[in-house]
Amino acid sequence: MARSDVQLMLDVKAGDEASFELLLQRYRTPLVNFLHRMVRDAALAEDLAQEVFLRVYCARRRYEPGAKFTTWLFRIATNLALNAIRDGRHRKAELSLDEPAEDSERALELPDGHPTAEQQLLEQHRQAVIRRAIFRLPEKQRAAVLLHKYQEMDYDQIAKILGCSESALKSLLFRAYEALRVELAPLVGLAAEAEQGRAPAAAGEGRKA
Amino acid sequence: MMGCKYTADSILAYLDGRASAAERRELEAHLHHCADCRARVEEFRRLWSVLDELPAIEPSPAFDARLRERIAAAPQPSPWSWLAPAPRVLAAFAAMLLVAVWLSWQSPAPAPETRSLEPGRSELEFTMIRDLQVLEDYDVLANFEALEALPVATEPDERRM
Repeated sequence: MARSDVQLMLDVKAGDEASFELLLQRYRTPLVNFLHRMVRDAALAEDLAQEVFLRVYCARRRYEPGAKFTTWLFRIATNLALNAIRDGRHRKAELSLDEPAEDSERALELPDGHPTAEQQLLEQHRQAVIRRAIFRLPEKQRAAVLLHKYQEMDYDQIAKILGCSESALKSLLFRAYEALRVELAPLVGLAAEAEQGRAPAAAGEGRKA
Repeated sequence: MMGCKYTADSILAYLDGRASAAERRELEAHLHHCADCRARVEEFRRLWSVLDELPAIEPSPAFDARLRERIAAAPQPSPWSWLAPAPRVLAAFAAMLLVAVWLSWQSPAPAPETRSLEPGRSELEFTMIRDLQVLEDYDVLANFEALEALPVATEPDERRM
């Protein structure tokens, strides 16, 4: 039976380095993805994710099992990301939809059943539109959506990470999803058309800002 | 949606599966009658499916090696780090110390030494001592019971006038 995060962290506290490796394996990819979507810079996201693990490791002797381990982990990550954004360490330039995807992003865009080059381009374009819409959200709203939608965390956990009440979080999330709904209206509309069985038009038409 | 008691909160909780079974049933019954709320739920559902299109990235192969380098380069714990595992004990000790200091400031000052007439006293001190003597004399006279037996001095009897 897999040991819980808290048990692993207690083992790390007791000097078991292998348990730290297990925590690293468990949370390396979710953290890098969260941070990448926060700062939109793969190199900076990796740097920040390493900083999170470094801080966890350095604080291991003071660790007391209280809140969930992931609350602690993502709270450190969120604070580091917000500091990096405020320090201007992330990509400042307005994102262009014509901008090529980063290598790390391209590497994972695996062709699904040998799509045509046109389909791949279309997919990449849709992803760029989504990425830009998320990045345009205010920082706290962005963190809330990423933790809710992609990390699938509970409201109370996200509220603790962001340091707000649950009701404030729900209002924050709703504003964020409303903004995304407006920003991604063409894609959402296309999804509706696709559901109704009509042929989808070109994605993101007329959406280039 | 407008004027509905179903807020964005309840629609979000319904869609992300965090609503209770009772809340789900209640909202589903409402959706049969309210076209606005139904449209809103459908829009959010489609939005979430669009957001699912965003691919995940993998950390670079050098991630772990770089982290190990950073851990190795991190400053070692200080000689005082043995205090770190017990921050509550430290806080309690600091609080006790503060209370002890505060109490020592609050305790009454030692009684002044008995004054004695010694050469070198300042003029002011002599004046205070002289005044004190007068006050003491007044105190004795005011409370001297023997004086109460004496007839009270009265004004000359005006009626005989």
